[in-house]
Amino acid sequence: MVSGRLLSDSAKSCAEAADVRRILTDGGAGPEGLAAHLERHGALASNRLSSAWRVAMVRETERAGLLGRGGAAFPTGEKMRAVLSETRQPVVIGNATEGEPASMKDRVLLAQAPHLVLDGATIAADIVMACEVIMVVHRDVRPMVDYAVDERLQMGVDRVPIRVVTASERFVAGEASAAVNWVDRGRPVPLGKPPRMSERGVGGRPTLVQNVETLAHLALLCRHGSQWYRQIGTPEEPGSMLVTLIGSVARPGVHEVAIGTPVSDILALGGGLSAPLQALLVGGYFGSWLPSDTTIALPFSALGLGVGLGAGLIVAFPAGACGVTETARLARYLASQSAGQCGPCKFGLPAIAQELEALAEGRPARMADLDRWLAEIDGRGACSHPDGVARQILTALEVFHDEVVQHEEGWCTASGEDFVLPLPTGKSR
Amino acid sequence: MSAVAATSSHLPWMWLVSRGSGLVLLLLFTAVFVLGISTRLGSSSKAMPRFAVAELHRTLALFAVAMLILHVATAILDPYVSIGWWATILPFTSHYRPLALGLGTLAVDLGAAVLLTSLARRRLGHRRWRVVHWLAYLAWPLAFMHSVSAGGDMGIWWVAALVWGSASAVAVAVGARVLAAVRGDGVSRRSIPAPPAHRCLGTARIGGG
Amino acid sequence: MYGLRGGLRTSTPNWEVSMSNPVRLRVDRIACDGRGLCAELLPELVKLDDWGYPIIAECIVPASLEELARDTVDICPKLALWLEKTNAEMTIDR
Repeated sequence: MVSGRLLSDSAKSCAEAADVRRILTDGGAGPEGLAAHLERHGALASNRLSSAWRVAMVRETERAGLLGRGGAAFPTGEKMRAVLSETRQPVVIGNATEGEPASMKDRVLLAQAPHLVLDGATIAADIVMACEVIMVVHRDVRPMVDYAVDERLQMGVDRVPIRVVTASERFVAGEASAAVNWVDRGRPVPLGKPPRMSERGVGGRPTLVQNVETLAHLALLCRHGSQWYRQIGTPEEPGSMLVTLIGSVARPGVHEVAIGTPVSDILALGGGLSAPLQALLVGGYFGSWLPSDTTIALPFSALGLGVGLGAGLIVAFPAGACGVTETARLARYLASQSAGQCGPCKFGLPAIAQELEALAEGRPARMADLDRWLAEIDGRGACSHPDGVARQILTALEVFHDEVVQHEEGWCTASGEDFVLPLPTGKSR
Repeated sequence: MSAVAATSSHLPWMWLVSRGSGLVLLLLFTAVFVLGISTRLGSSSKAMPRFAVAELHRTLALFAVAMLILHVATAILDPYVSIGWWATILPFTSHYRPLALGLGTLAVDLGAAVLLTSLARRRLGHRRWRVVHWLAYLAWPLAFMHSVSAGGDMGIWWVAALVWGSASAVAVAVGARVLAAVRGDGVSRRSIPAPPAHRCLGTARIGGG
Repeated sequence: MYGLRGGLRTSTPNWEVSMSNPVRLRVDRIACDGRGLCAELLPELVKLDDWGYPIIAECIVPASLEELARDTVDICPKLALWLEKTNAEMTIDR
């Protein structure tokens, strides 16, 4: 049972659930062109080559408390400092791999406001004095990004060359070292051992890997400052974030909300529930299941409470669906998405999936083994894939406890027809 | 040199030591080879856990180096035949029976590469160490052919038995290794049956409800 | 176990660890192949899971086991183990 954190009064006055529109546009007709972008946000500062500007920007990023929007919520300022402390000239990667199948925020952001993201990338490159920016983007939005980069090239907006690469579609491909590995060697699997990407990444250079949403926030931060940035959100985690809302809501889609917005308000943004709620899956397919009575605000980062919004996925799981079956489907998918480099993940995940499938079908399942394996895979891979799977399944077994007991006794009360959780079919590259 | 020649003309002890150490060396090299393969393939037992096999492999390899030095030194220093010290490292350059001895020299060269890379394996990293280590598969047959052609004691029944016994042991070990490679994995795992290709789970009404 | 090994200085940082520095046993999960020599040699700190892969205790290597830990690092056929210098924070006894 997860107890959320209540908003304090002062934070509540800052948080605005509806109509937060910092990075997203109004949607509408296609991606925002360069001219429209400049009109909406204004031009970037022209003194971006001085060390005074660089120092000031890092400080502003830290003061603003900008956290990475890729799921790990790592402080951006700290990452920049780490890259700056290296001697070789670094590289910036704008990461829009979005390997999580249910998440759409990075694609929507690039489809709406590619120039804001590219601004952020070019600013990041100027801060760390990078020699190149590499945008690793989901193939759905490759055309928009190519076009935007072209526009900028013609106008001579960026000091540093921007290269666009189509991302791999594997689940683990979005992990920072996997993105670097993909760019360098065409292998979308995590590298695992030290050093960190901020020390040695693409071509052996220190690499600043940032999610594209983080870059969009950085672009606004550069223009408006940290005080402005902290105007919404919570004191500990200021700013706005993108959430992908799917499942049994009237209007599934991507919304921008202030961090610290209660879940109920977010569901309202999606037009409210279209069916009674059974549970929530938050963070991603590697995130946490929560009981349906979770209406309070969830923190952005998972530190301390063990659950957070992370990559911003919220699945409204309806009452008619079978949580056990969906968890088994998820487990099998996640097992197939293992990079297969580490034994505990390569062998443990399929074993876990197999027991869950047995449970889902009412066959005898080795629950004691399942519990043990879930405990054992945590932290024993080169990346956090097994950790995320363990967390998600453990929370599922908690939230769907009654249903698990029913399945163990051989019956299931679910009534729905379709599966709730979207999973890709066929092999992904 | 002539004084040594004078004393040894009655008792060619250097030549005897060289031949004897050669035989021991072959046996050691065989043991090292088989143990090396066993480290990779053999299953563990209480009496001989894997780390013990690995340690024994290393220990015997170093012991074999000592034996090799003895074997080569006595062969070179023996005044009865002239071999030339450069033949220890340059194959087929010996005055006496260059082909037979050259095979031994080649085996030593390869073995030296294996040994030196093993001593420096942490610095080299696993991949580079491994590539050179495979030369052992070439070194052993060369040493064997050297033994058979240069040894000269194959007429003695128990020498021949040991030599051909070593060859059998190596053949079995190599066979096992090849088999394991073909099967995909040399180390056994608790097998988890593969999931069926496409299973429709559905919201199964698996009982009542 | 061999003076020869101890006498060979390598450039790998954590190879020669003095007795007074707290260290933890770490494994490179990608290099590890589940050969199991580590669990044989150091069962106090290493157990194997159902598939033969090591589950390593998180705690600092006790001084009495430090020599054995170094031998374990050396015996790994995939060079997947190393001793990581750490602050004396995690003293969880397992």
